[in-house]
Amino acid sequence: MILLEVEKVVKQFAGHLALDSVSLTVPENTIYGLLGPNGAGKTTLIRIINCITAPDSGEVRLHGKRMTPADVQQIGYLPEERGLYKKMKVGEQALYLAQLKGMTRNDALKALKYWFEKFEIQAWWDKKVEELSKGMAQKVQFITTILHEPKLLIFDEPFSGFDPVNTDIIKREILDLRAKGATIIFSTHNMETVEDLCENISLVNQAKIVLQGNVADIRASHATNTFVVGSKTSLNETDFELISQKAQNGVFESIIKKQVTESNNSLLSSLIKQTEILSFEELLPSMNDIFIKTVKA
Amino acid sequence: MSKISLIIKREYTTRVMKKSFILLTFLIPILFVGMLFLIVWLGGIKDDKIKTIVVIDKTHLYTKVLKSNENYSFQFVDAPVEKIKSQNTNNEQFTALLYITDNLVDNPKAATLYSEKQVNLELKRYVSSLLNKYIEEQKLATYNIPNLKEMVEKSRTDIDLKTIKWGENGKEKEGSAELALIIGMMSAFIIYMFIVIYGAQVMNGVVQEKTNRIVEVIISSVKPFELMMGKIIGIAMVGLTQFLMWVILTVVISTVAGAIFGGNVDVNSLHQMGQMGMQTVPTNAMSPEIQGLFTALNGVNYLQIIVLFIVYFLGGYLLYASLFAAVGSAVDNETDTQQFSLPLMLPIIFAIYAAIYSAQNPDGPLAFWCSMIPFTSPIVMMVRLPFDVPVWQIILSLTILVLSFIGTTWMAGKIYRTGILMYGKKVTWKELFKWLRY
Repeated sequence: MILLEVEKVVKQFAGHLALDSVSLTVPENTIYGLLGPNGAGKTTLIRIINCITAPDSGEVRLHGKRMTPADVQQIGYLPEERGLYKKMKVGEQALYLAQLKGMTRNDALKALKYWFEKFEIQAWWDKKVEELSKGMAQKVQFITTILHEPKLLIFDEPFSGFDPVNTDIIKREILDLRAKGATIIFSTHNMETVEDLCENISLVNQAKIVLQGNVADIRASHATNTFVVGSKTSLNETDFELISQKAQNGVFESIIKKQVTESNNSLLSSLIKQTEILSFEELLPSMNDIFIKTVKA
Repeated sequence: MSKISLIIKREYTTRVMKKSFILLTFLIPILFVGMLFLIVWLGGIKDDKIKTIVVIDKTHLYTKVLKSNENYSFQFVDAPVEKIKSQNTNNEQFTALLYITDNLVDNPKAATLYSEKQVNLELKRYVSSLLNKYIEEQKLATYNIPNLKEMVEKSRTDIDLKTIKWGENGKEKEGSAELALIIGMMSAFIIYMFIVIYGAQVMNGVVQEKTNRIVEVIISSVKPFELMMGKIIGIAMVGLTQFLMWVILTVVISTVAGAIFGGNVDVNSLHQMGQMGMQTVPTNAMSPEIQGLFTALNGVNYLQIIVLFIVYFLGGYLLYASLFAAVGSAVDNETDTQQFSLPLMLPIIFAIYAAIYSAQNPDGPLAFWCSMIPFTSPIVMMVRLPFDVPVWQIILSLTILVLSFIGTTWMAGKIYRTGILMYGKKVTWKELFKWLRY
């Protein structure tokens, strides 16, 4: 099932084109990554999905129907430029933001109690936001984004400002939300999290989508025919290229590159003839490499 | 609860709960009433020390004329002026020296009042009134007409020119141009102050939301226009609350203070004192003025002024507040606001000057046009109101004001919508106009 469709969205700002006919589809109950260098147009796209700015042409559909501002209620949005009222108390502010999202005061109180307990931050309730550290404020903000249990969650750089421990907590929460049925779109520069979390991605560069699809497929298609081979004795170069080889604790680890025409099985069978093979794994390029390669191209 | 009312509620409560708001709300009426009472009290203090005036009367004609009273005692001596002068050090022995060299009937300039410090006006008036009255009688006596004194006494009149305005139904109202002026200027100044103070609050509120980076979180829940209007309305309510609190507190505090401090500073007894004073001390010029003030106070149409004050305050505030909000949205921090708020401040400052001139000629062309132009009308019209402005002018001016603030709000909404999402960009005027067309 497709939850969100963006079709041929164009957005022109004074002097420059922010989005040039961008299309993407987000399947329901998946995690979708929106990647791209700074200034590529990610935030503009996210704002258009949130009905904050209107596209010049093209449209956004939710469940196959053209999105209206009323549908925004079903979206939880954590913008990149985020903050809270510094002088307001944490609890009061969380309540206010939840009510703005259409929750009743009582529902919001109940939900907030649950999340504050879960994150063990009940003690913050009566603190002013200015007393919190940046990471603490981010946590509060994360809670206010997901509080009204939206079907679609959009996180713009959700991990910026978090330490590794908290990044991990948020990552787990995101996976948990998907397990509960939510669909998540997030934009990030952190490619590791993309590999960990996303099923599908779109890579935006200079207002255009330059790469799109399933993460596993993309990595496979960017395969460089390189393998890591563990063996009992050293390998000799035959029909493959030996890039590097080192021995550790009686195990030889070699990185080899096969010819494009050769299949994996025939490579393996030629290796088996040489020595006893302990491990054999294709070395797929990281999303980071793909990102850099695609953007620079 | 609808979203805009949530925003209004937040804007209102966070400001009203602030310590500075509470402090100012209570402090201003206390200071105001305190100042008022201080003035009345200081004015009411009688110098109870008896001042001695040494008189050297060469003619010996005026010994009976110069009668001592509770303030002044006259001492007649026979010594050269220079000697008396040198005896007096630091005004200790006497306050002044009255030197009469000749018969005043023939030579009116023959009396001189010497003193080390400037002779106070009351003393001068008292001495000259005593002498005048006596000389007058002397002169009348020289005509040798029987009962002349009584005839003159009867023919003496005191004309107090009353100003009476009449309305269309012929109902007369006693008025006072001075009082109308004071009330008009005061309400104009309060509106001026409120527009500047609360307009700046709107602007700073917007800048804060922008620099706090909270604005995008909020406009993913509500429309930018709702956020802007919520803020503007919320702050307007803060302003009205403050104004009403000031009025109520001023009335309460002055009543309570009047009761505590007793008759001599109470406004009502001041009135009575004025009447009594008029009978006993004819030289006291204050009393009829005070009496006139109270009659005139009753002649002002308070209800009309208060209602129109609130209407013009809201109209003027809404006109400017949305523009201030637009300015706030266009800049990145509070220091940058100056550049753009100057064009907004200029008409407000111009309005207060126009109001001062209009007060002198409330029906003149400057007053008329400035009370029609929406950027100055809320301030200038307040000055004219106590002078009975024709109803059609009020209606026309209000209509223009309402239409204009709808216009500026619409315009500001467009700038605001784009501005609040722009970060790290120096905004130019050209760009602001471009945003209008997005």
